[in-house]
Amino acid sequence: MSDLVTTIGLEIHCELATSTKMFCGCAVGFGGEPNTRVCQVCLGHPGTLPVPNEQAVAYAIKIAVALGCGIAPSSIFHRKNYFYPDMPKNYQISQYDIPLGLKGVLEVTTDAGTRAVGITRVHLEEDTGKSLHMGSGGRIHDATYSLEDFNRAGTPLVEIVTEPDMTSPEEGRAFAQELRSILEYLEVSDVRLEEGSMRFDANISVAPPGERGAKVEVKNLNSLKSLHRALAYEEVRQREVLGGGGAIDQSTRHWDERSGVTRPLRTKEHAFDYRYFPEPDLVPIKPSPEWLEAITSGIPELPPARRRRFIADYGLTPYDANVLVASRAAADYFEDAAAAAAGIEPKQVANWLANDLLGRLSERGEDLETTRVTPQALGALVGLVAGGSISGAQGKVVLDEMMVSGRPPAEIVEEKGLKQVSGRSELKAVVAGVLAANSDVVDRIRGGDAKPQGFLVGQIMKATKGQANPAVVQELLKEMLQG
Amino acid sequence: MSPARPLWTSTATELIALLRSGELSATDLTRSLLDRIEEVEGDVRAFITLTPEVALAKAKAVDDARARGEDPGPIAGVPVAVKDIIATRGVRTTAGSKILHNYVPPYSATVADRLEAAGLPMLGKTNLDEFAMGSSTENSAWVPTHNPWDLDRVPGGSSGGSAAAVAAGEAPWSIGTDTGGSIRQPASLSGVVGLKPTYGLVSRSGLIAFASSLDQAGPFARTVADVALLLGVMAGHDPRDATSLPNPVPDYSAGLAGGVKGLRIGVVSQLMGEGVQSGVRTRIEESIALLTKLGAEVGEVSLPTFDLGIDVYYLIAPAEASANLARFDGVRYGLRVDAEDIVKMNSRTRAEGFGAEVKRRIMLGTYALSAGYYDAYYGKAQKVRTLIIRDFARAYENYDVLLSPTSPTTAFGIGEKTQDPLTMYLSDVCTVPTSLAGATAISIPCGVAPEDGLPVGLQLMGKALDEATILRAAYALEQELGPMPHPLLWGEPS
Amino acid sequence: MSISREEVVHVARLARLALTEEEIALYGEQLGRILGHADRVTSLDTEGVPPTAQAIALANVFRPDVLNEPAPCLSQREALANGPAVEAGHFRVPRILEDGDPSGEEVAEE
Ligand SMILES: [Mg+2]
Ligand SMILES: [Zn+2]
Repeated sequence: MSDLVTTIGLEIHCELATSTKMFCGCAVGFGGEPNTRVCQVCLGHPGTLPVPNEQAVAYAIKIAVALGCGIAPSSIFHRKNYFYPDMPKNYQISQYDIPLGLKGVLEVTTDAGTRAVGITRVHLEEDTGKSLHMGSGGRIHDATYSLEDFNRAGTPLVEIVTEPDMTSPEEGRAFAQELRSILEYLEVSDVRLEEGSMRFDANISVAPPGERGAKVEVKNLNSLKSLHRALAYEEVRQREVLGGGGAIDQSTRHWDERSGVTRPLRTKEHAFDYRYFPEPDLVPIKPSPEWLEAITSGIPELPPARRRRFIADYGLTPYDANVLVASRAAADYFEDAAAAAAGIEPKQVANWLANDLLGRLSERGEDLETTRVTPQALGALVGLVAGGSISGAQGKVVLDEMMVSGRPPAEIVEEKGLKQVSGRSELKAVVAGVLAANSDVVDRIRGGDAKPQGFLVGQIMKATKGQANPAVVQELLKEMLQG
Repeated sequence: MSPARPLWTSTATELIALLRSGELSATDLTRSLLDRIEEVEGDVRAFITLTPEVALAKAKAVDDARARGEDPGPIAGVPVAVKDIIATRGVRTTAGSKILHNYVPPYSATVADRLEAAGLPMLGKTNLDEFAMGSSTENSAWVPTHNPWDLDRVPGGSSGGSAAAVAAGEAPWSIGTDTGGSIRQPASLSGVVGLKPTYGLVSRSGLIAFASSLDQAGPFARTVADVALLLGVMAGHDPRDATSLPNPVPDYSAGLAGGVKGLRIGVVSQLMGEGVQSGVRTRIEESIALLTKLGAEVGEVSLPTFDLGIDVYYLIAPAEASANLARFDGVRYGLRVDAEDIVKMNSRTRAEGFGAEVKRRIMLGTYALSAGYYDAYYGKAQKVRTLIIRDFARAYENYDVLLSPTSPTTAFGIGEKTQDPLTMYLSDVCTVPTSLAGATAISIPCGVAPEDGLPVGLQLMGKALDEATILRAAYALEQELGPMPHPLLWGEPS
Repeated sequence: MSISREEVVHVARLARLALTEEEIALYGEQLGRILGHADRVTSLDTEGVPPTAQAIALANVFRPDVLNEPAPCLSQREALANGPAVEAGHFRVPRILEDGDPSGEEVAEE
């Protein structure tokens, strides 16, 4: 059954980083005492009316433009009707047949190559509250009752729907990662702050080429990791069912994070009838050309373009460019550090940033926004190493110190008396002394045994207290052993 | 004014003069109205909740301000009654429904805030058809309101309590809401003046929604001048309502006496047809003659889509209502009927909390929106709504104001139409077209029908935001008609 | 025209109304009559006529992204004050059915 084809489409809900909710003046935020960021509007009290948050609309338009969508000249809100106790009005204000953005595209790259994934639509809606299920270890099944907290109710959400253009769980994950990067670049969502600020629903079907498989919708994917795991699980499950001669039903399944499996939720015959109709409490959104221009001009260079530029202008490998560009903070940091290390190969700055600084930061639970090491300081450090003033090993010691004190690298080098001896005449005397003291070893090497050369380097470094430039030492050893 | 005449018979304009001259205190006025309520409320049942403490506290604040030499505002001190579908912070607000029997809003409607800011003591919350769904106030979960002209008859609805309170002398003016005629029809049946403002002129914030694209709050009073004054207080832009119009509010009182000379008035032939009671027709025709005498250019205009108004309305309004009323689920406020799971709890709470008419309209609206029926019912109704608006626009090419009876009949008997919802719905036939067009209309009393002695209401319909013109025409007619008979409840004329 | 029992039950389920058998029969008949009366509307040719959802011509009405605009938040006590059942700062509700879909048996009740 290896000739089966997997088809994946995604629906992503992303919380927007506005100060206040979509339709009222309550603060948006995580955690806190239950039902303390609520008002009559987001509690759905009788007589209350929604008034849309201008910033949320601007953010959604920004996202739609960044994803290459056309912006509707006049889009409207609809009511989506269904009962759920965490939904105060028992309808969700959402968009339906005329969303803010339509028909975009986002390219994603995996080991299998690059694929253009169509964006069906981008629209605005409001989030629900949260239910706490009691008497069952927090799970909805077997709960004896639930508790409702409406702090999240009314948080602005942007919903992004893709075409079913992805063909593997890896592409699904890559798409989600790329989207997350873009949202971070746009500064419209705290995508890294908390699990759940980006939530995924996935449609996945498996079928022989050219045939249409039954669509299975997988819900409750609250992180990139669960998205990938659930897609991988579901792909295997469907292949096994089909391989065993079975059939897949069009259905909705729930991802169980703990046990790592999907479970059937309901079949489509129980599908909701949402009775969408135009929201009479709201008026159309008709973005003026000036407003669109103001929003669009605030869009920075986005990951795909930046990645291409990092490879072309800085000579980075696609891998390094990918790692740095994935996070706007890392890419900005890199560019600042590279500028500070003028004349140095940017590749070296990229290595120090990606391998040394980021690694150390994640070990310490810090990040580029909180670190005391400025990009200029990292650039200076890379300059010291590349210029031969200190060795790479010394550089790492200096970096450790910079992370703690935030002092400039030159000052630390000075204080610790770190320097690298690169002068040929100065080192020639040391090398000569070491060779003289170890004539037996020298004889063995001259006799064709290359192994003890490392021993000689060690002796030279020891004699110079680690300050000898290893490259110069190698060069001198080679010359003098031949002589 | 004759000293023998009780205070409660005075118009708001007369009371304002007494208050401003210092001859009368707001507290004494409020007390005297509370006495009048005490006297007749047992018969009328205009109120769901009386708020004497709230009213007296506000009256005292107004009096204290005047005593300090401050101006509490041009109309301060004249008490008002407010329909119980308008949220009032700290004062129980039921919308006439058992499902909100214990609901105390944590906020006030913008309209309520404006009455408060204008210094109007609130006497209480008036009775209505549950969630404003009805034309007789019999659909209240509490008690039916009785028409002060004949206690065996309905005051009209849904704002029957507000209309009856003004007719009975319990309040000089009051606030109602109008979705398809709920101010104008009870004004007509109770013999008072009532105005439905242009959609968006008065904030809907805090008005418990029935049909969001149609609902508007508006004033009741015994004279056109009083209605103009109260409208001025209610109208104006509100940032809490996204459908609130930004237009500046004109001074509605200023142009009242402008007369109707040269005003082009179109009598809508579709609303003068067979279903109109003969005495109603007689009074309307007399008024048309008076308007002509005053110099208006009156003609007849045919608006064919007006016949469809009722059917369009009874598809659109219940559809919107079905969503608006979904929030009454027993979770956050109001009635809850306990059950073992959420679906049963929701379904039983709603079954027990809503009355028959509300359930019927929720069913109707849900059906009209449901999969497979949307295009045939709700979608179709929206398109015919467009045709009705176009008919209005065509008529306004030749006329400034349109005229019709407000209701095809005078007040009907309590219980007379409750068994047949369709017959009840048809009593809104004259009022719904304006609602669907989002325009404005006023109902003023134009005498009593000879056959039953009950008041007849005349409706003047205006273009959107042209309240000033219909008020001016209504005022001219009112002056020309002269004093009206009073309801039975007023006792023998002194 | 009359609405079938099955349709009435379906609609009541969507609307979360526990109807009695009597009500099911009554609403089936009444809805049928009201919709029948609306035949004049539903049978009208509206080819090319745009729908009107709103009778006003406003667009782009927004609020600024400013805390407590245009209305302030409530305290937890105020938020819960009308709650029929409250526990630990939350609104308490009975067991939520997993798929959130109304169970079929619920509609008709004594
Ligand atoms: Mg959504
Ligand atoms: Zn809020």
